[in-house]
This record gives sequence, C-alpha cells and structure tokens, in this order.
Amino acid sequence: MDAITAALERLTTLLDPFCGPAGVFTWFAGGSLLACGDAGWGDEIASGFKITVFLALATLPFGLVFGFFVALAKRSQEPSLRRAANIYTTLFRGLPELLTLFIVYYGLQIMVQRFLGTLGYQGPVEINAFAAGMVALGVVFAAYASEVLESAFNAIPLGQYEAGYALGLSRGRTMRLIVLPQLLRVALPGLGNLWMELLKNTALVSVIGLPDILRQTGIAARVTKRAFEFFSLACLLFIILALATSLVFSYLERRARRSEAMR
Amino acid sequence: MSVTDRLIEPQAPPPEAAKPYTAERLLGRILLGVWLAAGVGIAIGAAQGWDTEKFVSYGPKLLSGLGVTLTLVSLSILFGAFLSVPLAFGRMSRNPIAFWASYVYVYFFRGTPIIAQLFLVYYGLGSFRPELDAVGLWWFFREAWYCALLAFTLNTAAYQAEILRGAIESVPRGQSEGAASLGLSPRISFLKIILPQALIVALRPYGNEIILMIKGSAIVAIVTVFDLMGETRRAFSRTFDYQMYFWAALLYLMIVEILRNLWTVLERRLTRHLKR
Repeated sequence: MDAITAALERLTTLLDPFCGPAGVFTWFAGGSLLACGDAGWGDEIASGFKITVFLALATLPFGLVFGFFVALAKRSQEPSLRRAANIYTTLFRGLPELLTLFIVYYGLQIMVQRFLGTLGYQGPVEINAFAAGMVALGVVFAAYASEVLESAFNAIPLGQYEAGYALGLSRGRTMRLIVLPQLLRVALPGLGNLWMELLKNTALVSVIGLPDILRQTGIAARVTKRAFEFFSLACLLFIILALATSLVFSYLERRARRSEAMR
Repeated sequence: MSVTDRLIEPQAPPPEAAKPYTAERLLGRILLGVWLAAGVGIAIGAAQGWDTEKFVSYGPKLLSGLGVTLTLVSLSILFGAFLSVPLAFGRMSRNPIAFWASYVYVYFFRGTPIIAQLFLVYYGLGSFRPELDAVGLWWFFREAWYCALLAFTLNTAAYQAEILRGAIESVPRGQSEGAASLGLSPRISFLKIILPQALIVALRPYGNEIILMIKGSAIVAIVTVFDLMGETRRAFSRTFDYQMYFWAALLYLMIVEILRNLWTVLERRLTRHLKR
C-alpha cells in the first residue's frame, strides 16, 4: 500500500504540469513570483490546482450514481417514491450551493460532536473540508444529474425495454446492457455541462478552508499584494480546465456517436 | 334475426386488482418517512430553541438581507440584459473582430467561477487604488456592493448573450425571408417578427438564469456584503444558532419556488396561441 501511494506521489510530481520536471512554472517562471519551491507561489498554486481537480473527480462518480438512482425513483410507478425524489431535487436545486455547503459543513460538525458527546468525548471536532465539499457538491450534482438523466430516459423508447424482456433478460440486465449505454449517449452533452458547473462550484469550497486554486491564489494575493495578477491566474487556470473539459467531451461525444448511421 | 327482450342488469365494477406490496413501495414510504422526520425534526428544533428576542432582533435583519439580495440580482439582471444585446450580435456577426471579442468575453465569464470573478473585481481591481483615484472611480471600487453589482452584471451578460443568440438563431430563416419578401426593412422585420418569436423561446432560459443568479448571489457574503447569506452568517457567528441557516434556506427556497411557479404561469400565458 505504501509502495503504491509512493509511486502515485512520484507519478503526480513527474507529470505535474506546473512544477514537475516539464512544468510551466519550472521553465518559465523561475525567479518570479510563480517560481516553484520556497522562492515563489508556483508549487502552492500547483497543489491547489491538483486539489480542485481531485475534488471534482472524487465528487463525480458519487454524484452520478446517486443522481442515476434519483432519476430511477422519479420514473417509478410508485407515487411515494416519485414524491420523495421530487422533494430531493426541489430542495437541492433551490438552495444556493454555498448555503448547502455551510449546512453540510456545520451540520456534520454538530452531528459528529453530539455523537462523540454521547460516547463521552468532549474535545473539539473538525470536519475535513474535502469531505464536506464532496458531500455538498455531490448532493447538488446528483440533483441536477437526475434531471438530465430523467429527460434522457424519456428519449429511450419503451420498445427497448420490451425487447430486452422478450429476450429473457432480467430487469437489471436490460437496464445495464440495453438501456444504460443508450442513456449515457443521450445524456452526455447535459452531463458535460454539469461537469463544468461542478468544476466551477469547487471554488466555493475554498470558503470553508480547502486549499484549492482560489484559496491558494487568495493567500498569495494577500501576502504579495498583487491581487489582480493572482486572481487573473486563478481565472486562467479555470479556463484551462474548461478547455480541457470541452476537448474531452467532444471526444467522448464523437466516440459515443461512432455507431450511429451517417446522415 | 334476434330480438333482445331483456336488458343486462347494471353491475358493480370489478374489484380493483390488489396492488402487491413491492419493495419499491416500501422504499418510497421509507424515504418519504425520512423527509417527514427531517422536516418534523427541524420544526421541533425550531420550537424548542425558540427565542422571541432572537427572532425580533435577527428576523428583520434576514429580511433586509433578502431585500439586498433581490435588489442586487434584479439590478444586475437588468444591466446585464442591456450589455448582452451587443454581445449576442457580436457572436452572430461576420466581422471577425466583433465575433472573437464577444466569443472570448462569453467564454471567459462562462468558464470561470463567479466567485473568482468577484474576487478579481473586488480585490484585484481594488488593488489599483492610485490609478482609480486618479480617474475618480475609487468610490465605486471601494464599495463591495458596487463591485458585486459589476461582477454579476458582467457575468450574467455573458449568459444572457448566449440565451439571446440561441433564441434568435432558433427562429427559422423562412421568417426573415417572408418579412423581406413583404418589403419590410431589416430593422422592422427584426423587431416585429424575429424578436417576439425569439423571446418566447428565451423565456424559460431567462427564468433559469434569474434563479441561478439568486442562488449565485449568496457568494457576495464573502466580500462583506450583507445580503441574505451575509446576514445569516453574521447572525450565526453571534448566536452560534445553527437554525439560522435553516431560516435562510427557507427564504431562498421560497423565492426560488415563487419565481419558478410564476414563470410557469407566464409561459403558459404567453404561449397560449401555440397550443393545439
């Protein structure tokens, strides 16, 4: 286990686009405010970039799976299940993300404190900002993803399910082998937009102290009194992420459409 | 040939097939129960922790914060709407300079988090104090409220420009060709024929944009504007009463739901001629 984490650590430092051996800051920012190491802010900002990307990547699977089940619940025959799912989406699509984040962050803190209090522990409790951010962003992402997936479900004809059952596939296998691949293809553009929103929303987690891009550039701005340059850099890094996102998603969409007939 | 001499007696409908108690129903009931329990729990918590003094001192503050939020959002939506018109035309223009300038603008403001834009305006532009003093604009960038207004206006202009462009491009070409064949000038045909149809298409995205702005405006609390979120945070930091966040959540939900329903009514009313 240690060997794996060490290897991963070495790999990420090697491939670090900012302060790695082939990094931008290593080559072009030596001696400036963005130099790597103790001399500049390059390595802090690089680690912030890594945390932003990791937070978004860690939230995605959780939010997608949860959103998928919420979408299933919304299409259910059972009214009580539909109602429960609709309450969920109304709630989390209506609340500001920042408020959700605070409610999760302080709420978890109070809950853990009470729980530990019953066990006889009275010390201060600090919730990990990364975990709180993951929960809050994942919950919001799931609410939006369920809407996207629900409308994608509507685009799949009933005959696809019927054909699956006629072939003797179980409900689960029909869903997995027949419906899901088509569903993802239809939902891909919508999910791309949600991923962009997720990336942008990670910036909010800096408010509760997660050292992401915005937090690190904010610290650098406060220390060096060069706020405009550093916040421009933060915006630039988000633009780079947006560009990468559109590249990846245009590739995925092309790939998803490769079996469709040419028109 | 047959003659019917006897009518069949009216009969009671067949009994409804008993619905089996499925796992789905069980799950649905459990989840509804969880929501109910959460709601009741919050209500009981509010009743137990009820403090009239607190309510009297912080209730009006939260409401005034709500007023700040609504003023900020409505002003920035309004100014953004004005700014979005040239941007949308720039995006549709054949002039490469106009096209790329508006494209870069829209990409920048849609690709970066609004909180980073706010910091860029408030802290970033605020760090040019001598220059701003020299041109006499320091009073504007000194106030967090004006900075938030500027950042939100610029942000929503980018989104509204995309909405407007998409809506105008969604009107079929035949409409403008028809107008041209009737001898209408381009200006008249745009104002009287293209725009009304485009705005109906744009109605729903505009509503979503307003809701997004109301939710997004919560971040001004971080740059010391006391909107609903800011007042909530201040009240929480003074009382350590977690319920403050629930009151704020209730207010936000109320506003968003009112807007959403209002928009549904508005849309139904404005598209009633399209119903078949």
